[in-house]
Amino acid sequence: MFVGRETATAPLCGKSRHRKRAFFWLVSLLLASLVWFVSVRLSDRGDAALQRGLLGFGAAVSVLLQELFRFAYFKLLKKADEGLATISEDGRSPISLRQMAYVSGLSFGIISGVFSVINILADSIGPGTVGIHGDSPYYFITSAFLTMALVLLHTFWGVIFFDACEKRRYGCLGLVVASHLLTSGLTFLNPRYAASLGPIFIITLCTGLWAFVTAGGSFRSLLKCLSCKQEDDSRVMTYSALRVPCED
Amino acid sequence: MSEESEESVPLLPLQQESMASALFNTDQNDNSERRRHDNSGRRRNDNPESETNGQPQNNIQQVVEQDEEEDEELTLKYGAKHVIMLFVPVTLCMVVVVATIKSVSFYTRKDGQLIYTPFTEETETVGQRALNSILNAAIMISVIIVMTILLVVLYKYRCYKVIHGWLIISSLLLLFFFSFIYLGEVFKTYNVAMDYITVALIIWNFGVVGMICIHWKGPLRLQQAYLIMISALMALVFIKYLPEWTAWLILAVISVYDLVAVLCPKGPLRMLVETAQERNETLFPALIYSSTMIWLVNMAEEDPEAQRKATKNSTYDKQAPANQTRNEDAEADDGGFSQEWQQQRDNRIGPIESTPESRAAVQALPSNSQTSEDPEERGVKLGLGDFIFYSVLVGKASATASGDWNTTLACFVAILIGLCLTLLLLAIFKKALPALPISITFGLVFYFATDNLVQPFMDQLAFHQFYI
Repeated sequence: MFVGRETATAPLCGKSRHRKRAFFWLVSLLLASLVWFVSVRLSDRGDAALQRGLLGFGAAVSVLLQELFRFAYFKLLKKADEGLATISEDGRSPISLRQMAYVSGLSFGIISGVFSVINILADSIGPGTVGIHGDSPYYFITSAFLTMALVLLHTFWGVIFFDACEKRRYGCLGLVVASHLLTSGLTFLNPRYAASLGPIFIITLCTGLWAFVTAGGSFRSLLKCLSCKQEDDSRVMTYSALRVPCED
Repeated sequence: MSEESEESVPLLPLQQESMASALFNTDQNDNSERRRHDNSGRRRNDNPESETNGQPQNNIQQVVEQDEEEDEELTLKYGAKHVIMLFVPVTLCMVVVVATIKSVSFYTRKDGQLIYTPFTEETETVGQRALNSILNAAIMISVIIVMTILLVVLYKYRCYKVIHGWLIISSLLLLFFFSFIYLGEVFKTYNVAMDYITVALIIWNFGVVGMICIHWKGPLRLQQAYLIMISALMALVFIKYLPEWTAWLILAVISVYDLVAVLCPKGPLRMLVETAQERNETLFPALIYSSTMIWLVNMAEEDPEAQRKATKNSTYDKQAPANQTRNEDAEADDGGFSQEWQQQRDNRIGPIESTPESRAAVQALPSNSQTSEDPEERGVKLGLGDFIFYSVLVGKASATASGDWNTTLACFVAILIGLCLTLLLLAIFKKALPALPISITFGLVFYFATDNLVQPFMDQLAFHQFYI
């Protein structure tokens, strides 16, 4: 098997990795919609509560499928990474698993966010009144905040997920999936925004901290980054230090 | 101005035919393959239209011995670059098409059909509509096949003048006539008052510069920009004049045709490519998008070499080869010559300005670059027809989908993933490959799936403000 060829997917620059992940998310969404569609077709259209329940069921299936695809992508990247490492000069792959985890989460987040919000954005240009039928007038702003939270969450989940898979900490994995389900479930409480937005932001913050710690950050590294101190790299010699070797 | 242009377009069968058949097919011909690496053999007899600066003298010592492994690694590394180099123009073309479709209503209005698709789709029964669209697609495909074979025959019997004349007429039509209509419609949409004199000046300049860039010489970026623009214009014409079911059918059949024409031993496009390779010529410049200059590849910004740029005319400090600071006031375009390459060249043949005389002198030097193929100099070429059909798919998706932006985005991602996979296969097989089948298949699957399955789901979720 051509390991070299197979790994061509992995070392692609950020943009194409984003595309691959976006693709995976899309496929998961497709499958989830298929499940929902079939279930709706088989059910009674008139019953509103049932429809809502089915929607919830569809959402849950979608969440599970997304996580499944994230796992599948992790497996794919792991294989590619190993291949890359074997063919590179110093035995290490040029992209660390952490970077891949970050990009993976980010692209899942971006495509998920874009899919959720783009139609709302497009509609927000046109003439209309928000909440004219008695719905909440804060629809747009809350959608914006929720989408932002979701994008960030996906990024953090990506980092934590990959790390957990790498270190085989299945408890963490389960926690990530559970928090995704919880977040999605909380949005079902809309338009009672106090009940949904608040907890979602708290979850976002906590997950962010958890991802930061998982990625190896600490309070000290944060300070170092913020103080913009130039690290003295001992490998680099300033030009004046170079001397022409003595003739005698 | 508006009325005449609207009616005149369907009433000019001759021009349209020549244009559509000429460009359409010549694009077709290219679209289907034209993706191959530029190898050193062909670099010699080169392209008048891009800046050829003579034969490669560079990096030969650096790249001389390459193991299989290093070669493979470089292929991967540069394969990744090529993917990005093609993503950007394809994305740009699609963005232009989608932006136009969304804002200029002219291109979504039904104003008749092309004469190649004579059967109407406004019929009473679904069966009749299906039959009509199948017939339309069949007629269109046969026209394409005939034109392709004609082109191959002309090429084989060396009727270059006829081919060039054909190409020039079609690019004239595109660059002047269609862009005039486009400009008119954009002005109408935004209610901009404009006089004929200004428009004439704008279109004249646009067209003439375009003809020069595409058929003769010009800056690479400008040539690429013009090729993207004419692909977008052509795609818009298709989106406007092809009825729905016909369009989807044509896309599907074209990808099958592409597959057959490029991969079968007797396929017309394969014969075209092989004839061109035998004669050591490049194919028609007006029909292929090339991501690099023939001479050296222009690296993406994140490449460390690209960061060590220098102006073409600056004198090189030979004593400080280790000086890797970026030249802040350097022109962005150093023609892809990295600083270390220039220093190497200077070390070998002395510092020279790049003048025609010096270039001729360099060309006269014996070259020993026959065997070593510098991977940096490989570029990727994509036929314009590929651009056109990708944009047609995304444009049709944005024009007619109920899912609107979701569907458009899904098709966009699907096409890019297909392109990525195709480039991967290209890196593996290293021969001309059809660019349409994988992308169009993914695009079509995602279009229909998203429009019918995902859209209702997302719609319901968004209605209740649920997030997944």
